[in-house]
Amino acid sequence: MSVFRIRFSRLCLIFCVVSLTLIQEVIADENSKGVWSGYISGQGRGFWQSPQFDDQRDGDLSLAVEPEYYKDWDNGLRAITFKPFVRLDSNDPERSHVDIREAHYLHVLGDWEWRVGIAKVFWGVTESQHLVDIINQTDLVENLDTEDKLGQPMIETTWLQDWGVVQFYILPGFRERTFPGRKGRLRTSLVIDTDEEEYESGAEERHVDWAVRLKTQFGPVDLGLSHFSGTSRTPELQPVLNSNGGVDLVPYYGLIDQTGIDLQTIVGNWTLKLESILQTRKGRDFTAAVGGFEYTFYGISESGADLGVLSEYHFDDRKQDAVTGFQDDIFLGLRYVLNDAQDTELLAGGFYDFDYSSKSVRVELQRRFSDSWKLESELQMFSDVASEDPLRTFHRDDYFQIDLAYYF
Amino acid sequence: MKKSWILIWLLPISLICYVGNVLAETPEEKGLAIAIAADKRDAGFETQTAEMVMTLRNRQGQESTRYIRTRTLEVEGDGDKTLSIFDRPADVKHTAVLTYSHGLEPDDQWLYLPALKRVKRINSRNKSGPFVGSEFAFEDLGSQEVEKYSYKYLRDEACGEWECHVIERYPEYEYSGYTRQIGWIDKAEYRVVKIEFYDRKDAKLKTLTYSGYQEYLDYYWRPDEMFMVNHQTGKETTLKWSNYKLKTDISERDFNPNALPRLR
Repeated sequence: MSVFRIRFSRLCLIFCVVSLTLIQEVIADENSKGVWSGYISGQGRGFWQSPQFDDQRDGDLSLAVEPEYYKDWDNGLRAITFKPFVRLDSNDPERSHVDIREAHYLHVLGDWEWRVGIAKVFWGVTESQHLVDIINQTDLVENLDTEDKLGQPMIETTWLQDWGVVQFYILPGFRERTFPGRKGRLRTSLVIDTDEEEYESGAEERHVDWAVRLKTQFGPVDLGLSHFSGTSRTPELQPVLNSNGGVDLVPYYGLIDQTGIDLQTIVGNWTLKLESILQTRKGRDFTAAVGGFEYTFYGISESGADLGVLSEYHFDDRKQDAVTGFQDDIFLGLRYVLNDAQDTELLAGGFYDFDYSSKSVRVELQRRFSDSWKLESELQMFSDVASEDPLRTFHRDDYFQIDLAYYF
Repeated sequence: MKKSWILIWLLPISLICYVGNVLAETPEEKGLAIAIAADKRDAGFETQTAEMVMTLRNRQGQESTRYIRTRTLEVEGDGDKTLSIFDRPADVKHTAVLTYSHGLEPDDQWLYLPALKRVKRINSRNKSGPFVGSEFAFEDLGSQEVEKYSYKYLRDEACGEWECHVIERYPEYEYSGYTRQIGWIDKAEYRVVKIEFYDRKDAKLKTLTYSGYQEYLDYYWRPDEMFMVNHQTGKETTLKWSNYKLKTDISERDFNPNALPRLR
């Protein structure tokens, strides 16, 4: 039933966008043409340790497409965007998925802007964890790094001023987090049944969330303040008996209020960053923070490459109960940017958990070939993961991933 | 009676002083005067939009191309605000860089990353770094405020069909990649014809040549092409400009870092 309702509400939104397209075709001036762009990518992942669970494989191949249609008129003060996303995975049916990343109409009137439809919003400043960012649900099957997000239905109202911006969000329609299925790697030991999710709100996924954000710039400082009220994007995983007599995990989405602050400033070669949240929910409040620096050595090679050294500390006062696993961890990273014609960039970083002594390392390399092809590769390793650490579930899932994408 | 006597004496004295001053104008003063005059000559364009095709060529002759749209807002009493939006290569489409130049103070600079929808403040300390892998450094493309340099007039000489002032200038802002630049600027309309760049070891690094000047709004001169060659690496970058529009109707709001996500 709930699946049907979600599909239905999505259909409604698609219908809205299509009708908006048609309406604007009629009123649009002839100068503005719609533009298609996007990418198609082939991905291969290899896991070199034998899997923990029976159905898992040593690797998978997948194909992803993300086209985007954009059309504006009235000097860009009216615009529609439509951006679907599809991934087909050779192995895990849960990783094969379709999403509408964006499908919205933009209307600018003086200092006010409205965006209606499915959209993506990013809040925050830090690199190794995005604490404050909450509007969009994480598309976890895409990548463990939580940088990929699902499209969120919203009405966004923006009040743009010289000193900054105030934004109000009404968020009807909750998006459930995606999780790898039984056959997928990087999954929890018990399978997460995403068809049986539970909500604290009686309205379930139809609960209307809201949020407000203020962002301001003064001198070299960027400051953001935000508040979100509604269904948490991060579920708790609760064990339940399944029909086969085994145990599955069911995501439980509670109602929360979350206040966040993000702050960034630049002093000489230093960029200082801080994000912190205070989350309140029935019976359980917590604060979490992540903060640190990036120090950049400019022009270290003849060709003008830059080397950045990053470090961020993670804190969560739920301590070992923190579902994120970032309760007392330090991140150390290097960013090597060649500043060459191919935009070659290497990012290497590692987390160290002070409570569990667990380590994880990640290396990302990206480079463009010709003007349309881009190669991205990624290496992820976990080591010395303590049995109590939430990361334990991935301890045999070290992998190497290659993405070759054609952009158009 | 006495007063007129003073006047009679004062007039020739001041005349002598004035002539002496002109004769004694140091090369530094003359260089600065020309820079101020050139700055004045181009002032008042208010806003500008233009399209740029940037072609990078390495020593082997391999090329890669970027399509960039630029918007500029003239700011009185401070450096200009500039917005650059990328159309190609396709993987960086809609990436935007917004810069508030501030003369000698560090610029404010933001980068918009469309895939993440993230507006990121970036460190403008990176003045000598290459702009998107080209032979243009950030400081070559930035707003050229008078106070960013000290000057020295060298000579006048012919430059193609025009007659030019030749001026040397020395960066006064921090973190420049240059010890000095020598510029050829046309005496009649103050159009920049050529700039030679000398690196921190004072070796000749690059030469930038401007060509195809056209007049817009019957007053403002803009080049169709800027060609930069790096003498040390043999690499070249050509900027082909088109669609210049000055005093055009663009909103000041487009230069707000918070507006970056909606700009195309």
